[in-house]
Amino acid sequence: MHDTWIICRREFSGYFATPLAYIFIVIFLASVGAFAFFFGNFFVQGQANLDSFFLFHPWLYLFLIPAIAMRLWAEERKSGSIELLLTLPITTLSAVVGKFLAAWSVIGVSLILTAPIWITINYLGSPDNGAILAGYLGSFFMAGGYLAIGAFVSALTRNQVIAFIIAAALCFVFTASGLGVVLEFFSGWAPRALLDIVAGFSFLEHFKDIARGVIDFRDVVFFSSMIVFFLFANVVAVEYKKSG
Amino acid sequence: MTRVLKGAPHFQASQSSLIFWTRGGRRSAMTTMVAIRGLTKRFGHLLAVDNISLEVPRGAVLGFLGPNGSGKSTTMKMVTGFLTPTSGTAEVCGVDVLEDPIQAQRHIGYLPEGAPAYGDMTPEAYLGFIADIRRLSGVARRSAISRAVELTQLDRVLYQPIDTLSKGFKRRVGLAQALLHDPDVLILDEPTDGLDPNQKFEVRTLIQEMSGEKVIIISTHILEEVEAVCSRAVIISDGRIVADGTPDQLENRSRYYNAVSLSVASDNVDKVRRALSELAGVTAVEDRVGRGSGAELVAVPADGGDILADVSRLVREGGWEVDQIRLERGHLDEVFRTITTGKAPPAAGDDHA
Repeated sequence: MHDTWIICRREFSGYFATPLAYIFIVIFLASVGAFAFFFGNFFVQGQANLDSFFLFHPWLYLFLIPAIAMRLWAEERKSGSIELLLTLPITTLSAVVGKFLAAWSVIGVSLILTAPIWITINYLGSPDNGAILAGYLGSFFMAGGYLAIGAFVSALTRNQVIAFIIAAALCFVFTASGLGVVLEFFSGWAPRALLDIVAGFSFLEHFKDIARGVIDFRDVVFFSSMIVFFLFANVVAVEYKKSG
Repeated sequence: MTRVLKGAPHFQASQSSLIFWTRGGRRSAMTTMVAIRGLTKRFGHLLAVDNISLEVPRGAVLGFLGPNGSGKSTTMKMVTGFLTPTSGTAEVCGVDVLEDPIQAQRHIGYLPEGAPAYGDMTPEAYLGFIADIRRLSGVARRSAISRAVELTQLDRVLYQPIDTLSKGFKRRVGLAQALLHDPDVLILDEPTDGLDPNQKFEVRTLIQEMSGEKVIIISTHILEEVEAVCSRAVIISDGRIVADGTPDQLENRSRYYNAVSLSVASDNVDKVRRALSELAGVTAVEDRVGRGSGAELVAVPADGGDILADVSRLVREGGWEVDQIRLERGHLDEVFRTITTGKAPPAAGDDHA
């Protein structure tokens, strides 16, 4: 715990020592706003909820989260500081979790900074704030899922650009696995059961209800298990490179 | 590489000014602190480290020598737990690095090659981070940081991002990080690489000051460094140990060990050369490219025998004008080349780099 906290703190300040965190937050806020108001017809709908705001989160996360995850391990490997990190008396797990929590916190900060939208809607009408809170929590957990994927991919390479592209592609597969673009790929040859499994991994599917403010226990379990699984894969990837 | 007198004060592991390192006066002579057992590393088809075994007692300053790519760094990476050996293991202070890496890493201070650090941090924040990871807190934390800063003279740059520092300062930040927790075992991968002569001198002085109660393992391909700081030199070539001994012992393996060099006026050269080569115990007389006027001749003894007395008698009897007569120590670089390349030693006068 102690080590995880120290790593997390260092990593978190690392995000703010460079423009990365600021750029991420600004782009995130700008695009969340643009999507919600422009494409989501936030005002035209005339409804006091944040459905149209949450609706686009998966698509934003799809490329924004790989962008902040790509440096987590690839940069360390590139600069050589990974040799320092891994020879300090800490477990690989605490390094993996510490880094993950730091990046997750940056995303959390960005989500909190969208509060003006929430304030606006409270000013304009009387929304179901419980549902909105559920939406935020769901979005945060979904971000954790994307982030875990990105962190894992980052541990596989020393090149941040490669880490970004592969992570974004992988995130896309998980986002859209319930959609035709992915399912078509399997439908020709795979059995029906596999198709259902693939569709079951869709972030969109699992987020759909959350965005409407309905927190289903299974969706939370889904995103949590995604996080745990990919962090575990992250540990394995780091350990594997040691024997490389 | 030449010294005026035999037995001139060569490097002695500095026993002075160790006050701050000897906590509690644990002085047990000859305890093995680092034991490397059959360490082997294979990268695909490449055998990077081939069955290396070593025991390093407390107080030793071990110099790992070898050409680039000979396996020095790989060995160090395995001892520090960054790489997992293909086979074999290492023990640090009695702790097996494979069985309990964290406990072993607590005993180790490590400067990786190139002294990587988190460039976006200042040395102050960076050392604070390392101190936290090393579980130092309160007074111990403050005093550890200030001692490391003092030893490495970082106070001037403490609040500048590491990325903006010069190479020398970066290296010192890495050193400060390695010795922050006053480790029993210091492993420094090319600690003076890329430093200017003054900085090299400072780092060597630092290493000498810290020796005594610790084990210090440095890797280098600078031979003068081995002579300057190491109590033991291990030469690695193609992943195997090809020589192991004190720098003196290694020098003894040089054909120039106990050779005598003479600076003579040019018109005397032929005469002197003939006289020297007729001397019993001299196998060869070589010309060295002299500096300035005159010539320099080197009389190479057979089997490192002592020929100084004979040569100086010859000079006296011949009444030659000799500017200088010197007893040579061995040439470590020549030994190094012979051992690591298997090639015949180059001609005398070939200045070592």
